[in-house]
Amino acid sequence: MKRLVLWLPLGAFLIFLAVVAAGLYTPRQEAVPSAMIGQPVPDFALQPAIPGRPGLTSAELRSGRPHLVNIFASWCLPCRTEAAQLAELNRRGIPVDGIAVRDREQDLAQFLATYGDPFRAIGADIDRRVQLDIGSAGVPETFVIDGRGIIRHQHIGAITDADLPEIMAAWQEASR
Amino acid sequence: MSMPSYPSSVRVERSRDTHSSAGEKRALASLGGVPRLRSGRTGLGLAVALVLAAPAFADSLLPPARYANVQLPDPRQERQARALMETIRCLVCQGQSIADSNAEMAGDMRSLIRERIQAGESPEAIRAWLVSRYGEWVSYQPVLEPATLALWAAPALLLLGGLWLARGRFRRRRRA
Repeated sequence: MKRLVLWLPLGAFLIFLAVVAAGLYTPRQEAVPSAMIGQPVPDFALQPAIPGRPGLTSAELRSGRPHLVNIFASWCLPCRTEAAQLAELNRRGIPVDGIAVRDREQDLAQFLATYGDPFRAIGADIDRRVQLDIGSAGVPETFVIDGRGIIRHQHIGAITDADLPEIMAAWQEASR
Repeated sequence: MSMPSYPSSVRVERSRDTHSSAGEKRALASLGGVPRLRSGRTGLGLAVALVLAAPAFADSLLPPARYANVQLPDPRQERQARALMETIRCLVCQGQSIADSNAEMAGDMRSLIRERIQAGESPEAIRAWLVSRYGEWVSYQPVLEPATLALWAAPALLLLGGLWLARGRFRRRRRA
């Protein structure tokens, strides 16, 4: 019995080592998922970010049809890469609504002219309130919202070709 | 009079409001957004320039939010807001509180907290609002729940273990 107790500190140290090693080798999880998935979209009414195109309101998101909402900004580098994928979603019959975070009209116009413009509506989230309210931790992020205005799916980061099936599936799910 | 409040430390770290991954960086390079690195001194110079230039891309061109770096006129409210900010985690820099971070998003969150405190909301209600958006992750004040049991119990257990060890030692000495 006494012998066994002598080994106890070493045992405890080895367990400690295992915990630390496991922590070191687990890839760092940087994405902060929204806690709003499954919740109704919060109330908001964003002014149009571009003249001549509608802004975005929570009432529109509850109007009975599902919505794909892309949170982006002209100053965000990864946002430039996903225009092709958003256009592809458009081609497959999914309209894309945008929320432009902390953006200026002239920057946005230039961004859309340079990298492509897949957006049906773009709301201007000047003070980032809607982004915070919806639980988004950065740009770009894409939310799938069903016809009743319930947030169904969140995609964090730019959409790549490999992400399209996942987003299509979430869209189908939300359309039901 | 309103006085600026300063982040408590100076940092050289990048504060990123944008999500990016290795794949997106490659995609960016092919878009011509980021120059491809060449080997040798030019490569190093480019790398240094890139690191220095990065923060300029990560933030928007709009000025900081109203109360991002400005204290509330009422010192009691400012104290409350400050105490809350020190226990809210920055979403984009992750190791820091929003009081310590100079990321733009942290500034927006500071402004949101100050405005809500000024409007009479209690700090704990604001914390609950943030937790309902981002999960417990966003708070530096862990609640007592099954997942955090070890965290709360560890200090007491270690203290008890120490007392038990000390008791054994004193007993032996008395006998000798």
